Amino acid sequence: MVLMQVIVAGLLIGAVYALFSSGLTLVWGMMNVINFAHGEFVMLGMYVSFWAFTLLHFGVASFSLASAVMLFILGVLVYICLIKRVMRGPMLAQILSTFGLVLVLRYSAFWAFGSNFVSLPEDILGPSLNVGGILLSAPKLVAGCVALAITIGMHLLLTRTMLGSQILAVAENRNAAMLMGIRPDRMQAIAWGLSGASAGIAGALIATFFPISATVGESLGLIAFVVVTFGGFGSVPGAMLAGLIIGLIQSLSAFYFGPIYQDVFVYALFVLVLWVRPRGLMGKA
Amino acid sequence: MMMRRSGWIALALVLILFPLSFDNPYYEQLGSLVLLAAISASAWNLIGGYAGQVSVGNAVFFGAGAYMPLLFYKLWEVSPLYGFPAGIAVSVVIAVVIGIPTFRLSGHYFSMATIAVAELIRIVVSNWDFVGASIGLTGPAVARDWSDLVFRSSIPYYYMFLAVLTILLVMTYCIERSRFGYYLRALRSGERAARSLGVPVSRCKLYIFILSAIFTSLAGSLYAIKFGFADPASGFGILVSVNMVIVAALGGAGRLLGPLLGAVILIPLQSETNTLFGGGGTGFTYILYGGIIMLIARFEPGGLLELWERIRDRRASRRAVALKAALAEPSSQSQLGR
Repeated sequence: MVLMQVIVAGLLIGAVYALFSSGLTLVWGMMNVINFAHGEFVMLGMYVSFWAFTLLHFGVASFSLASAVMLFILGVLVYICLIKRVMRGPMLAQILSTFGLVLVLRYSAFWAFGSNFVSLPEDILGPSLNVGGILLSAPKLVAGCVALAITIGMHLLLTRTMLGSQILAVAENRNAAMLMGIRPDRMQAIAWGLSGASAGIAGALIATFFPISATVGESLGLIAFVVVTFGGFGSVPGAMLAGLIIGLIQSLSAFYFGPIYQDVFVYALFVLVLWVRPRGLMGKA
Repeated sequence: MMMRRSGWIALALVLILFPLSFDNPYYEQLGSLVLLAAISASAWNLIGGYAGQVSVGNAVFFGAGAYMPLLFYKLWEVSPLYGFPAGIAVSVVIAVVIGIPTFRLSGHYFSMATIAVAELIRIVVSNWDFVGASIGLTGPAVARDWSDLVFRSSIPYYYMFLAVLTILLVMTYCIERSRFGYYLRALRSGERAARSLGVPVSRCKLYIFILSAIFTSLAGSLYAIKFGFADPASGFGILVSVNMVIVAALGGAGRLLGPLLGAVILIPLQSETNTLFGGGGTGFTYILYGGIIMLIARFEPGGLLELWERIRDRRASRRAVALKAALAEPSSQSQLGR
């Protein structure tokens, strides 16, 4: 029964990983640009939620929305001010630019919010539930289900709507898309916005059960990279599957070997994937 | 980069005479730190600058180099010098393990693999009692004989670092002018084109990465004997890697003297901001660093050396135009006169 509980908890957190990783895979697959600051976006989403709750007394739904909107704006701004300019440049410039962003965001947060952990009240979403003998904390249950729904929604947005088709068209061939009357710049800005929004919602969901600190983005960002690589870059379904698997692996390794080693297993898996199947689970060859 | 012989001699004289011209331990210490940063950034420059493969995890070699001498001392009480080759050996193995799978893929995979492996090893080292866990390792406190390399003054370290830096830069200079150097330049500016011209791309990347690992490890070992201790953050921390990248990129990545220039600017700046803002300054230092990195990437990806060369060329061409105009003037005047 304990094992069952570990597995369910792993899948629930894995769904949240899938959510913010799908944002990363969107911009990576579309523009071949890596956003090293994606974990920092999630961290900012957590802080937006915390302050919206503390100062403005927002509920869970409204602070998740607020966080999504704020991070959408940040994503668009980062694209316009930074990425647009370095996208065609040497790879060094691309990697440096988002790396610099990591340092600025992480240490500005450190400076502004201090080094202490803060957290939302534990019972913000009600007490733990007992489902058939498995004890589940309500925030994790809600976070997992909502994250899964939004990730699927994102996939549908990309594959079933006009906007999604336009984004994918730009990803496939920028010039051809331009000839069809699509503005690549606008689509790419929207993709960055969506990527930021996914990180924002994921941050809000994580904040309901995880302590918030300025450095939390580091491990979350690395997890996002592992998920994206494992799933195959550019593939939202791949990110979903990989997110769930990695949540499961983390949860099981923490259970069997101790929580210190959960990240070791994730990074080791990453190196293994590079050796064995570099294009990932669902990536194109 | 072309520089006249007098320029080289002046640079060498400044570097050799620097610690002798102050009788101030602060400047001696600062000078040795600048050289140490220049060594590790120049080592990064081999893979990141010349080959264009952005490693963000070179700290793993630095850490291996820093830990091995101290580990040898802890286990067998031998001179830390014996640990230098061990650090290099470990680094080469890690470089091969990262390099072989990722060099077949696009450059982003390499960047991410380097971060992931560095983090993996940092976590393992932080929790492994054999290598001191989160406390780290310390070296000999007092010298038993000269081979312990423990000196109270920074000057001996300064000259040791200068010697290693010179070897590294001479080697880089030779690579720049060799067939291998041209291969690297070719693959940096276009991997597919280079491959189609017969450049053994993956092998070239692997060789230069191994070379970069060796010298980064050496920098770590030098750090360990200078400070006599190493912990997970100062050896394997992600900011150690970032430091190498930003120092090289500020001066000019893929240029012989870029890392040295970057170190001369950044290390004193870092030391000043740390004194200015005290303990709380580390955060601010990194905000500044991040800002500088973004500005370089956005406006001047070639670094300060390229900026300087462009200004110089523009001035030279303006002078040439002015000269031509001056030469043309008498003839037009004579026409008017007629």
